[in-house]
Amino acid sequence: MSRLIFLAPLVLFIVLGGYFAIGLTRDPARIPSVLIEKPLPEFDLPPIEGFEKGFASSDLKGEVALINVFASWCVACGIEHPMLMEIAAKEDVLIAGLDWKDPKGGGARWLAKNGNPYAFVGDDAQGRTAIDLGVTGAPETFVVDHAGRIRYKQIGPITPQIWRDTLKPLVEQLKSEGEAARD
Amino acid sequence: MTKFLAVLTLTLGAALAALPPAAAVEPDEELSNPALEARARDISRQLRCVVCQSQSIDDSNAPLAKDMRILVRERLTAGDSDEEIYAYLVDRYGDYVLLNPPVQSNTIVLWAAPLLIFLVAGASAFFYLARMRRDARAAAALTGNDEAAH
Repeated sequence: MSRLIFLAPLVLFIVLGGYFAIGLTRDPARIPSVLIEKPLPEFDLPPIEGFEKGFASSDLKGEVALINVFASWCVACGIEHPMLMEIAAKEDVLIAGLDWKDPKGGGARWLAKNGNPYAFVGDDAQGRTAIDLGVTGAPETFVVDHAGRIRYKQIGPITPQIWRDTLKPLVEQLKSEGEAARD
Repeated sequence: MTKFLAVLTLTLGAALAALPPAAAVEPDEELSNPALEARARDISRQLRCVVCQSQSIDDSNAPLAKDMRILVRERLTAGDSDEEIYAYLVDRYGDYVLLNPPVQSNTIVLWAAPLLIFLVAGASAFFYLARMRRDARAAAALTGNDEAAH
């Protein structure tokens, strides 16, 4: 019995090693959002240059929507953009854009060059609304349900696979939740 | 010569250590009220830059860290307490934004572990040493008996 106690450090090492090994497989950039299941913070952003309408949180009332945080300086947003164009063209979901800390006219030039998938675009030049949303980088995409609650946050570009396996099923589920609530 | 070099190294090292750590605060961010600015610096050192992660917003020159520094100063000027400012950011970014994790149900293991390890190690060392002393005494008693037998 007293011999077994010499195995204790080994057991402790294996247990701790196991925890650290699991920790290493996690991506530290993926900070879980604390806003999941919480109402979308209220904001009313001015339009970007050359646009008439801005983007306010109240614009999404009753809609299942994606809020995409983008910027013309963001390289990964360029990779994501064709996917957003495809979703806007083919799928039945509203996409709103939050232009994060872009220099004046940057967002407008970006959309003129790459196409505009957004129903609403707001200019968050100061980055204050982004802080209210807990944004840590671009691109990020929030999924909002019909009741105005944030249900999911996608960190990094939406790839075709992420759209097919995660976001599309979620959007469809939220739409049927919204219809059930209306009935 | 080596002595001179050693003294030089130590002096330079001490001088460097005495310098305040490089901060990323830019002159246009600073508040004119020195007391408020000092509080802003203290708070900023406790808040994690969520982009660079291992730096505080006081150290980081990431644009988001700058936005957060300005936000902290705005809230201070508006009369918020330190706790209100921490709460404001925790509401948006979670406990992760605090460099010093708060003591609560999901961090109790983290906080208690050093004390537990110290107690377990201390108890093991105590019993081990007590047994060694007992064995030594028994051995001494044996030798004593041997001598008595002569």
